Amino acid sequence: MKILVCISHVPDTTSKINFTNNDSEFDTNGVQFVINPNDEFGLTRAIWFQEQQGATVTVVNVGGPETEPTLRKALAIGANDAIRINATPTDGFFVAKQLAEVIKNGGYDVVLAGKESLDYNGGMVPGMVAALSNFNFVNSCTELTIDGTNVKAVREIDGGKENISTTLPLIIGGQKGLVEEKDLKIPNMRGIMTARTKPLTVVEPVAADTNTKAVKYEKPAAKSAVKLIAADNIDELINLLHNEAKVI
Amino acid sequence: MSILIYAESAEGKFKKVAFELASYAKKVAESLGSTVTAITFNVSDASELSKYGVDKVLKVTDSKLNTFSAKAYADAIQQAAKKEDAKLVVLSSTTDSSYLSSLVAVSLNAGFASNVVGLPVSTAPFQVKRSAFSNKAFTVTEISTDVKVLGLAKNSFGIVPTDSSATEEDFAPSINDADFGIKVESTEKASGKVTIADADIVVSGGRGLKGPENWGLIEDLASVLGAATACSKPVSDLGWRPHGEHVGQTGKPVASNLYIAIGISGAIQHIAGINSSKVKVVINSDPEAPFFKVADYGIVGDAFEVVPQLIEKLKAFKAQ
Ligand SMILES: Cc1cc2nc3c(=O)[nH]c(=O)nc-3n(C[C@H](O)[C@H](O)[C@H](O)COP(=O)(O)OP(=O)(O)OC[C@H]3O[C@@H](n4cnc5c(N)ncnc54)[C@H](O)[C@@H]3O)c2cc1C
Repeated sequence: MKILVCISHVPDTTSKINFTNNDSEFDTNGVQFVINPNDEFGLTRAIWFQEQQGATVTVVNVGGPETEPTLRKALAIGANDAIRINATPTDGFFVAKQLAEVIKNGGYDVVLAGKESLDYNGGMVPGMVAALSNFNFVNSCTELTIDGTNVKAVREIDGGKENISTTLPLIIGGQKGLVEEKDLKIPNMRGIMTARTKPLTVVEPVAADTNTKAVKYEKPAAKSAVKLIAADNIDELINLLHNEAKVI
Repeated sequence: MSILIYAESAEGKFKKVAFELASYAKKVAESLGSTVTAITFNVSDASELSKYGVDKVLKVTDSKLNTFSAKAYADAIQQAAKKEDAKLVVLSSTTDSSYLSSLVAVSLNAGFASNVVGLPVSTAPFQVKRSAFSNKAFTVTEISTDVKVLGLAKNSFGIVPTDSSATEEDFAPSINDADFGIKVESTEKASGKVTIADADIVVSGGRGLKGPENWGLIEDLASVLGAATACSKPVSDLGWRPHGEHVGQTGKPVASNLYIAIGISGAIQHIAGINSSKVKVVINSDPEAPFFKVADYGIVGDAFEVVPQLIEKLKAFKAQ
């Protein structure tokens, strides 16, 4: 089984978000980049398949050379090899098109992507890749088992979950649940050493349209200070929620 | 030309987001001089949509589509968009609609913007504001394709009743057997409870509640308010509450009208998931808890003293 794990290189969750160049660019100054948390669940699940069922795991990222440490980290966690598609991602469609090309050339059976990345939160890429590759597609996937070409998956739905059966080839938009959080792999020294010698191939992008572009960034308007209400004056809270905020 | 919306329903009844989409589309249609068409699946009475500005309803009735199937639904929406010459297709940000949106966008060669938080900033060029960076910022996104797909963030526009008279038309898209590669074997749903996704009010508890045995406080408060219950991540990690209740950056997003956080510190990852809620109330014994910085109303106090009083007073208030 050949597994491809899509890795998005995103600001660490505690990063301060700032913009430069007249609010037209994200300011990467001082920002620590990590593997997108949703992708990390997929990667750990892929390594499980590799260890238990003899799969090979390739990780892929669309990005400039600055994303290589993130790919090396994925290699240190246990991926067999990595591909970097040498382009600055412009929008979800552009990224999906690049990934679909790698999938077509690589003959993958399973593609694990995160249901969204924590930077642009688009939630666009997995579905677009599925549509472009004509793979079966499960979004918001929280459990995944594979037996031959038969797949059992669980998808989160509003207020519950859905048990699904399908077949390979498959792409998922994955999230927490694919593995327990305590089982997320942290690179150890040996992993880090061997990662240096694992293949990281750089491929050039194919031509693709950019359908959308971020023209400007804004930060939320500064909030007015909290209205504090004394703990023995609950009536006042109810009054404010009813008459001022009009939410009860 | 028209704007097409996907009017989401469950068991033959529209979800609230369907009316929000209709209200939104109507407003955009006014500025573009176009009409609003809704597509529905297995809804026998679609008349309610006419209260929110829909001009035409395309009714799909097909037992194969009784359970949601992303590819088949996306196929039908794509065909409806072609038939109506829709230049704009608007979906919501529910789990199901998000599943569909990118499939629809690719099949229509359309640029897609998700998490859209308001009316277009401009229509030529077409620009919308969307939230990004886990609600820590917005981007103004320009869509350059002829056909455009938007995913509207929940509760970002509201429901605006507008009288219109919608004509109804049966619509039978051609659905391919190949669309059913995903088979739903069974569904597990918490019944009778308000879900976080649909709730106007969410009552949420953190580690400050000390243990699962104290969750009666959260549940009672939620029940007086008709609210959904939620929790912080450590609470679900500790097994006090089911994982489906954990909200935040790595959990569920909450876009309710009112979010009440009890015994939750307000870590950045938690706030990221609840930022798009309109009004935030915080009850915490620590006046330095970071949650007070983002809250609208706050009580510095012990949850075990404040919440029982709040429940009693709300009961009295509701009984008035
Ligand atoms: C990558 C990553 C992702 C994460 N994602 C999420 C996420 O999605 N959602 C999430 O919630 N967290 C997330 N976290 C965890 C987050 O950083 C915090 O640890 C968590 O939100 C804290 O939960 P808490 O406020 O319930 O607990 P605590 O931090 O323990 O805070 C408890 C609060 O209760 C108050 N309290 C105590 N006793 C009382 C009382 N009697 N009455 C009133 N108040 C009282 C205390 O003053 C304190 O403020 C994530 C962390 C990381 C690293």
